[in-house]
Amino acid sequence: MKIDVGYVAELARLELTEEEKSVFQPQLEDIVKYVEKISSVDVEGVEPMMHGRPLVNAFREDEVRPSMDREEALANAPARVGDEFLLPKIVEGAES
Amino acid sequence: MELYELGIKAAQDGLAKGEFSSCELVQSIIDRFHAKNAEVGAYLTFDEEEALSLAKENPKAVPIAVKDLINVRGQPCTCGSKILKGYVSPYDATVIRNMKSHGFIPCGRVNMDEFAMGSSTENSALGVTRNPYALDRVPGGSSGGSAAAVGGDMCIAALGTDTGGSIRQPASFCNCVGVKPSYGRVSRYGVTAFASSLDQVGPMTKSVEDAAVLLGALAGHDEMDGTTPKDPVPDYAKELEGATLKGVKIGLPKEYFQVSGLDPEVKRITEAAIAKCAAAGAEMVDVSLPHTEYAMAVYYIIAPAEASANLARFDGVRYGHRSAEAKDVYSLYVKSRAEGFGPEVKRRIIMGTYVLSSGYYDAYYGRAQRVRTLIKRDFDEVFAKVDALLTPCAPTPAFRLGELQDPLTMYLNDLFTIPSSLAGVCAASVPAGFTDDKKLPVGVQFICGGFEESRLLKVCKAFEEA
Repeated sequence: MKIDVGYVAELARLELTEEEKSVFQPQLEDIVKYVEKISSVDVEGVEPMMHGRPLVNAFREDEVRPSMDREEALANAPARVGDEFLLPKIVEGAES
Repeated sequence: MELYELGIKAAQDGLAKGEFSSCELVQSIIDRFHAKNAEVGAYLTFDEEEALSLAKENPKAVPIAVKDLINVRGQPCTCGSKILKGYVSPYDATVIRNMKSHGFIPCGRVNMDEFAMGSSTENSALGVTRNPYALDRVPGGSSGGSAAAVGGDMCIAALGTDTGGSIRQPASFCNCVGVKPSYGRVSRYGVTAFASSLDQVGPMTKSVEDAAVLLGALAGHDEMDGTTPKDPVPDYAKELEGATLKGVKIGLPKEYFQVSGLDPEVKRITEAAIAKCAAAGAEMVDVSLPHTEYAMAVYYIIAPAEASANLARFDGVRYGHRSAEAKDVYSLYVKSRAEGFGPEVKRRIIMGTYVLSSGYYDAYYGRAQRVRTLIKRDFDEVFAKVDALLTPCAPTPAFRLGELQDPLTMYLNDLFTIPSSLAGVCAASVPAGFTDDKKLPVGVQFICGGFEESRLLKVCKAFEEA
């Protein structure tokens, strides 16, 4: 199986160097080849297992509770302005 | 005997009798840290002032080393990654809150493979951890710092996490007891997610009794983690009283013993463990888990798929590394992540994105989830016949630093621990002996059904005493 590593990395929002691409390419192809052994298992009529234990929805009352302190939530921000996270311009063409 | 050599139970007894205080216990660990960490590298950071002040406030508390992906308010939480350099946790994980209310305090942050991805701790971006039993060898992983700290008497006990073997394999390499609880037994709130349908926090300790005491403190329902049921938590330590192997039915799954690449010394030690159980009165039964051979493949689809989604949160926006080259939203993402993540994390993100991508989802992820059902059914069927399973824990003893270069070869370390993780049942590694030539520790694995921790610990305790 040939994987377009550069394309998949782009989907995952990861920038790879040419060297990383050439190292990862054969490694990932080996891993994909290995995991393809599941294609021979008969799974006709078998339900998928999503979790380590059957789950039911865990509901609680929709009541207001205190949330994390704003200063604490912002303390790890790479950049901030006032009470907000500061980011590069996101909307194309908008005035900054 | 130095205080740092104590386990949980002995420390609790000494504290109760007033033989020493929690401050003296913590000071002894700090002294040991200074004497030994440069060599072993178990700890990434150790906030001595904070540990001593917690001990002062809680004079009967037992200190526990914490894997560096579990949030403790005011402490770093790097996950072994450059992307979280400088991060300070704004809150306590539920396991930390539970620990504190049961007479434990967090004490030091131990190393790990980056985001818990690895089997040797060599994927840590922040430092090398060595096996305290052989400094040229790895401690295992991903909870390698926890195992090295316990095995090297650099802590009383430690918290690890296990997704596909990350508590059990390093426990085997470093002569510790390591318990991976059933999925849902312990809250994951505040524990950085790797693969959410598999991750569990568990104790890594110097004895089975210690593991029972610590697991009792960690376990239970948490409204912050919807996957933790309200099943009561037994008094695991109390239930150990009178533990025996007499009449216990222990299954030996044939698939685990037919593996090529099983180290002859591991085989010898596992066979000796089987003989020991039989001599202690256990009934040994040959059983089969027919889908075992597909477990690794299923895991290396499901775990990277979940990881690729979980690690999407590292986008350079709210916390974690932001690239200085970020000019717009796209470069903010791709450059921050490229600079912050190490190679194994990148490989798994790409693998996970690939198996989830349009056109491949059904063939890989969807099919893997179905095969996972078949693996789970194997365990259900076998636990209708036997009380526990006994298997090797890792295919080899601790290998040399740098010895395994190829990712797929490294993955094979988790061959024996992955199936029970996929099934969501509980399992533990217990010390079983040392290799003849190099005197390296080797553990064996016991596996019990879901939420059967009490039974599992009893079997482990009786094995330890036999």
